[in-house]
Amino acid sequence: MNCDEFVELVTAFLDGAMDEPTELRFLTHLTVCDDCEMCLEQFKQIIAMVGELPEASLTVETRDQLRGAFRALRRG
Amino acid sequence: MAGARELPPDEVLVRRLRDGDEETFALVLDTWSGGMLRLAMSFVSTKASAEEAVQDTWLAVIRGIGDFEGRSSLKTWVYRILVRTAKTRGSKESRTVPFASLQPEEEGPTVDAARFRPPGERYPGHWAVGQEPRPWPEDYVLRGEVRELIAEALDELPPRLRAVVTLRDVAGYGSEEVCSMLEISPGNQRVLLHRARAFLRRKLEHYLSGVHDVAVGGDERGLR
Ligand SMILES: [Zn+2]
Repeated sequence: MNCDEFVELVTAFLDGAMDEPTELRFLTHLTVCDDCEMCLEQFKQIIAMVGELPEASLTVETRDQLRGAFRALRRG
Repeated sequence: MAGARELPPDEVLVRRLRDGDEETFALVLDTWSGGMLRLAMSFVSTKASAEEAVQDTWLAVIRGIGDFEGRSSLKTWVYRILVRTAKTRGSKESRTVPFASLQPEEEGPTVDAARFRPPGERYPGHWAVGQEPRPWPEDYVLRGEVRELIAEALDELPPRLRAVVTLRDVAGYGSEEVCSMLEISPGNQRVLLHRARAFLRRKLEHYLSGVHDVAVGGDERGLR
Protein backbone atom coordinates (compact mmCIF):
# COMPACT_ATOMS: atom_id res chain seq x y z
CA MET A 1 0.00 0.00 0.00
CA ASN A 2 1.20 3.52 -0.78
CA CYS A 3 0.65 6.66 1.28
CA ASP A 4 -1.89 8.09 -1.19
CA GLU A 5 -4.08 5.01 -0.72
CA PHE A 6 -3.51 4.92 3.05
CA VAL A 7 -4.76 8.46 3.65
CA GLU A 8 -8.10 7.66 2.01
CA LEU A 9 -8.66 4.59 4.17
CA VAL A 10 -8.18 6.13 7.61
CA THR A 11 -11.88 6.44 8.42
CA ALA A 12 -12.66 2.93 7.14
CA PHE A 13 -9.85 1.67 9.37
CA LEU A 14 -11.06 3.56 12.45
CA ASP A 15 -14.57 2.22 11.85
CA GLY A 16 -13.32 -1.35 11.47
CA ALA A 17 -15.00 -1.35 8.07
CA MET A 18 -12.17 -2.78 5.94
CA ASP A 19 -11.94 -6.29 4.58
CA GLU A 20 -9.17 -8.38 6.09
CA PRO A 21 -6.62 -8.24 3.25
CA THR A 22 -6.93 -4.46 3.01
CA GLU A 23 -6.64 -4.08 6.75
CA LEU A 24 -3.49 -6.19 6.70
CA ARG A 25 -1.97 -4.04 3.95
CA PHE A 26 -3.00 -0.92 5.88
CA LEU A 27 -1.39 -2.16 9.09
CA THR A 28 1.74 -3.22 7.26
CA HIS A 29 2.09 0.23 5.77
CA LEU A 30 1.55 1.73 9.20
CA THR A 31 4.53 -0.20 10.61
CA VAL A 32 6.88 1.09 7.92
CA CYS A 33 5.69 4.67 7.36
CA ASP A 34 6.09 7.26 10.11
CA ASP A 35 4.41 9.92 7.99
CA CYS A 36 1.21 7.97 7.64
CA GLU A 37 1.34 7.06 11.31
CA MET A 38 1.38 10.82 11.95
CA CYS A 39 -1.51 11.31 9.58
CA LEU A 40 -3.59 8.68 11.37
CA GLU A 41 -2.70 10.28 14.70
CA GLN A 42 -3.89 13.67 13.40
CA PHE A 43 -7.22 12.22 12.34
CA LYS A 44 -7.63 10.92 15.87
CA GLN A 45 -6.73 14.36 17.24
CA ILE A 46 -9.27 16.02 14.97
CA ILE A 47 -11.98 13.60 16.06
CA ALA A 48 -11.16 14.29 19.71
CA MET A 49 -11.18 18.07 19.16
CA VAL A 50 -14.50 18.02 17.35
CA GLY A 51 -15.93 15.98 20.21
CA GLU A 52 -14.87 18.63 22.70
CA LEU A 53 -16.34 21.63 20.92
CA PRO A 54 -18.46 23.76 23.18
CA GLU A 55 -22.08 23.08 22.37
CA ALA A 56 -24.40 25.60 20.89
CA SER A 57 -27.37 26.37 23.10
CA LEU A 58 -30.94 27.45 22.71
CA THR A 59 -31.80 31.02 23.58
CA VAL A 60 -33.27 31.49 27.04
CA GLU A 61 -36.60 32.49 25.47
CA THR A 62 -36.88 29.30 23.41
CA ARG A 63 -35.89 27.19 26.37
CA ASP A 64 -38.51 28.85 28.60
CA GLN A 65 -41.18 28.55 25.92
CA LEU A 66 -40.48 24.84 25.55
CA ARG A 67 -40.63 24.24 29.29
CA GLY A 68 -43.93 26.08 29.32
CA ALA A 69 -45.21 24.00 26.42
CA PHE A 70 -44.20 20.82 28.21
CA ARG A 71 -46.00 21.92 31.35
CA ALA A 72 -49.13 22.82 29.41
CA LEU A 73 -49.24 19.72 27.23
CA ARG A 74 -48.13 17.01 29.65
CA ARG A 75 -49.84 18.19 32.77
CA GLY A 76 -52.92 19.38 30.97
CA MET B 1 -21.72 12.16 23.81
CA ALA B 2 -21.30 14.95 26.29
CA GLY B 3 -23.54 14.62 29.31
CA ALA B 4 -25.16 11.43 28.06
CA ARG B 5 -23.83 9.47 31.00
CA GLU B 6 -25.75 11.59 33.47
CA LEU B 7 -29.08 10.68 31.92
CA PRO B 8 -31.11 7.81 33.36
CA PRO B 9 -31.90 4.86 31.06
CA ASP B 10 -34.51 5.35 28.34
CA GLU B 11 -37.37 3.57 30.07
CA VAL B 12 -36.99 5.82 33.12
CA LEU B 13 -36.75 8.94 30.94
CA VAL B 14 -39.79 8.01 28.90
CA ARG B 15 -41.88 7.20 31.96
CA ARG B 16 -40.99 10.49 33.63
CA LEU B 17 -41.66 12.47 30.47
CA ARG B 18 -45.05 10.83 30.09
CA ASP B 19 -45.76 11.60 33.74
CA GLY B 20 -45.07 15.26 33.00
CA ASP B 21 -41.87 15.50 35.07
CA GLU B 22 -40.61 18.92 34.08
CA GLU B 23 -37.13 18.44 35.54
CA THR B 24 -36.55 15.43 33.35
CA PHE B 25 -37.73 17.41 30.35
CA ALA B 26 -35.34 20.24 31.20
CA LEU B 27 -32.54 17.69 31.55
CA VAL B 28 -32.97 16.12 28.10
CA LEU B 29 -33.67 19.53 26.60
CA ASP B 30 -30.39 20.94 27.92
CA THR B 31 -28.38 17.81 27.20
CA TRP B 32 -29.42 17.28 23.60
CA SER B 33 -30.31 20.71 22.19
CA GLY B 34 -26.69 21.75 21.55
CA GLY B 35 -25.99 18.82 19.27
CA MET B 36 -29.42 19.23 17.68
CA LEU B 37 -28.73 22.87 16.85
CA ARG B 38 -25.45 21.98 15.19
CA LEU B 39 -27.12 19.25 13.19
CA ALA B 40 -30.05 21.46 12.18
CA MET B 41 -27.56 23.99 10.79
CA SER B 42 -26.65 21.42 8.15
CA PHE B 43 -30.10 21.66 6.65
CA VAL B 44 -31.22 25.27 7.03
CA SER B 45 -29.77 28.64 6.14
CA THR B 46 -29.58 30.54 9.41
CA LYS B 47 -29.00 29.99 13.12
CA ALA B 48 -32.48 31.36 13.83
CA SER B 49 -34.02 28.84 11.48
CA ALA B 50 -32.01 26.04 13.11
CA GLU B 51 -33.30 27.15 16.49
CA GLU B 52 -36.86 27.04 15.19
CA ALA B 53 -36.32 23.54 13.78
CA VAL B 54 -35.09 22.39 17.18
CA GLN B 55 -38.03 24.08 18.86
CA ASP B 56 -40.52 22.42 16.49
CA THR B 57 -38.83 19.10 17.14
CA TRP B 58 -39.21 19.41 20.90
CA LEU B 59 -42.85 20.39 20.50
CA ALA B 60 -43.40 17.26 18.40
CA VAL B 61 -41.58 15.22 21.05
CA ILE B 62 -43.77 16.62 23.84
CA ARG B 63 -46.91 15.80 21.86
CA GLY B 64 -45.68 12.45 20.63
CA ILE B 65 -43.94 10.96 23.64
CA GLY B 66 -47.04 8.88 24.38
CA ASP B 67 -46.61 7.18 21.00
CA PHE B 68 -42.89 6.46 21.36
CA GLU B 69 -42.53 2.71 20.97
CA GLY B 70 -38.93 2.25 22.05
CA ARG B 71 -37.83 0.60 18.82
CA SER B 72 -34.88 2.95 18.67
CA SER B 73 -33.26 4.82 21.53
CA LEU B 74 -35.15 7.90 22.70
CA LYS B 75 -32.34 10.12 21.47
CA THR B 76 -32.35 8.55 18.01
CA TRP B 77 -36.11 9.03 17.85
CA VAL B 78 -35.74 12.70 18.77
CA TYR B 79 -32.92 13.18 16.25
CA ARG B 80 -34.97 11.53 13.51
CA ILE B 81 -37.78 13.99 14.11
CA LEU B 82 -35.21 16.76 13.97
CA VAL B 83 -33.74 15.58 10.67
CA ARG B 84 -37.23 15.41 9.17
CA THR B 85 -38.22 18.81 10.53
CA ALA B 86 -34.98 20.49 9.47
CA LYS B 87 -35.04 18.92 6.01
CA THR B 88 -38.58 20.18 5.40
CA ARG B 89 -37.62 23.62 6.62
CA GLY B 90 -34.46 23.57 4.51
CA SER B 91 -36.28 22.67 1.31
CA LYS B 92 -38.73 25.54 1.92
CA GLU B 93 -35.63 27.72 2.05
CA SER B 94 -34.58 26.10 -1.23
CA ARG B 95 -31.77 24.24 0.42
CA THR B 96 -32.33 20.69 -0.62
CA VAL B 97 -29.71 18.37 0.75
CA PRO B 98 -29.74 15.17 -1.28
CA PHE B 99 -28.33 12.37 0.79
CA ALA B 100 -29.11 9.33 -1.27
CA SER B 101 -26.19 9.46 -3.68
CA LEU B 102 -22.72 10.95 -3.68
CA GLN B 103 -21.99 14.06 -5.69
CA PRO B 104 -19.18 13.83 -8.26
CA GLU B 105 -17.05 16.27 -6.25
CA GLU B 106 -17.29 13.95 -3.26
CA GLU B 107 -15.55 11.06 -4.91
CA GLY B 108 -12.03 12.30 -5.63
CA PRO B 109 -9.05 12.02 -3.28
CA THR B 110 -9.06 14.11 -0.10
CA VAL B 111 -5.37 14.91 -0.24
CA ASP B 112 -3.93 16.90 -3.13
CA ALA B 113 -2.13 14.51 -5.49
CA ALA B 114 0.77 16.99 -5.63
CA ARG B 115 1.67 16.03 -2.07
CA PHE B 116 2.72 12.57 -3.21
CA ARG B 117 5.61 11.50 -5.40
CA PRO B 118 4.51 11.15 -9.01
CA PRO B 119 4.77 7.93 -11.03
CA GLY B 120 8.25 7.51 -12.44
CA GLU B 121 9.94 8.89 -9.36
CA ARG B 122 11.35 6.65 -6.66
CA TYR B 123 8.59 5.50 -4.26
CA PRO B 124 5.67 6.79 -6.31
CA GLY B 125 2.54 7.39 -4.22
CA HIS B 126 4.57 8.14 -1.10
CA TRP B 127 4.61 11.53 0.59
CA ALA B 128 6.78 13.95 -1.35
CA VAL B 129 9.69 15.55 0.48
CA GLY B 130 8.43 18.47 2.57
CA GLN B 131 4.78 17.44 2.08
CA GLU B 132 4.60 14.87 4.88
CA PRO B 133 2.25 15.51 7.83
CA ARG B 134 4.22 17.27 10.58
CA PRO B 135 3.44 16.86 14.26
CA TRP B 136 1.14 19.56 15.59
CA PRO B 137 2.57 21.60 18.45
CA GLU B 138 0.64 20.49 21.49
CA ASP B 139 0.37 23.91 23.09
CA TYR B 140 -1.40 25.28 20.01
CA VAL B 141 -3.71 22.34 19.72
CA LEU B 142 -4.94 23.05 23.23
CA ARG B 143 -5.62 26.71 22.65
CA GLY B 144 -9.04 28.25 22.32
CA GLU B 145 -8.25 29.76 18.95
CA VAL B 146 -7.81 26.28 17.50
CA ARG B 147 -11.18 25.30 18.86
CA GLU B 148 -12.66 28.36 17.19
CA LEU B 149 -10.94 27.46 13.95
CA ILE B 150 -12.44 23.97 14.04
CA ALA B 151 -15.91 25.37 14.77
CA GLU B 152 -15.59 27.77 11.82
CA ALA B 153 -14.30 25.00 9.57
CA LEU B 154 -17.33 22.89 10.51
CA ASP B 155 -19.58 25.74 9.40
CA GLU B 156 -17.75 25.91 6.07
CA LEU B 157 -18.39 22.26 5.28
CA PRO B 158 -20.99 21.42 2.65
CA PRO B 159 -24.27 20.41 4.39
CA ARG B 160 -24.03 16.67 3.82
CA LEU B 161 -20.50 16.45 5.15
CA ARG B 162 -21.41 18.63 8.08
CA ALA B 163 -24.44 16.54 8.97
CA VAL B 164 -22.45 13.32 9.03
CA VAL B 165 -19.45 14.63 10.97
CA THR B 166 -21.77 16.37 13.41
CA LEU B 167 -23.64 13.18 14.15
CA ARG B 168 -20.55 10.98 14.31
CA ASP B 169 -17.89 13.14 15.95
CA VAL B 170 -19.82 15.91 17.72
CA ALA B 171 -22.83 13.92 18.93
CA GLY B 172 -20.91 10.63 19.18
CA TYR B 173 -23.26 8.35 17.21
CA GLY B 174 -22.10 5.10 15.66
CA SER B 175 -22.18 4.62 11.90
CA GLU B 176 -25.29 2.43 11.93
CA GLU B 177 -27.37 5.01 13.75
CA VAL B 178 -26.21 7.75 11.41
CA CYS B 179 -27.04 5.70 8.31
CA SER B 180 -30.50 5.10 9.70
CA MET B 181 -31.09 8.72 10.71
CA LEU B 182 -29.97 10.18 7.39
CA GLU B 183 -31.06 7.22 5.29
CA ILE B 184 -27.72 6.74 3.57
CA SER B 185 -25.67 3.64 2.87
CA PRO B 186 -22.73 2.73 5.13
CA GLY B 187 -20.34 3.25 2.22
CA ASN B 188 -21.60 6.75 1.45
CA GLN B 189 -21.68 7.63 5.12
CA ARG B 190 -18.00 6.71 5.35
CA VAL B 191 -17.03 8.70 2.27
CA LEU B 192 -18.79 11.81 3.60
CA LEU B 193 -17.31 11.39 7.08
CA HIS B 194 -13.82 10.88 5.74
CA ARG B 195 -14.06 13.92 3.50
CA ALA B 196 -15.30 16.02 6.40
CA ARG B 197 -12.51 14.88 8.72
CA ALA B 198 -9.90 15.32 5.98
CA PHE B 199 -11.15 18.86 5.38
CA LEU B 200 -10.86 19.71 9.08
CA ARG B 201 -7.40 18.13 9.28
CA ARG B 202 -6.26 20.14 6.27
CA LYS B 203 -7.60 23.38 7.77
CA LEU B 204 -5.81 22.80 11.04
CA GLU B 205 -2.62 21.69 9.33
CA HIS B 206 -2.62 24.82 7.24
CA TYR B 207 -3.31 27.03 10.23
CA LEU B 208 -0.75 25.41 12.51
CA SER B 209 2.03 25.46 9.94
CA GLY B 210 1.46 29.21 9.62
CA VAL B 211 1.23 30.00 13.33
CA HIS B 212 4.11 27.74 14.17
CA ASP B 213 6.50 29.62 11.88
CA VAL B 214 5.43 32.96 13.32
CA ALA B 215 5.73 31.66 16.88
CA VAL B 216 9.23 30.33 16.33
CA GLY B 217 10.35 33.57 14.67
CA GLY B 218 8.83 35.80 17.33
CA ASP B 219 9.82 33.62 20.24
CA GLU B 220 11.97 35.33 22.90
CA ARG B 221 14.80 32.91 22.44
CA GLY B 222 14.56 33.30 18.69
CA LEU B 223 15.05 37.04 18.94
CA ARG B 224 18.19 36.92 20.96
ZN1 LIG C 1 2.79 6.26 4.15
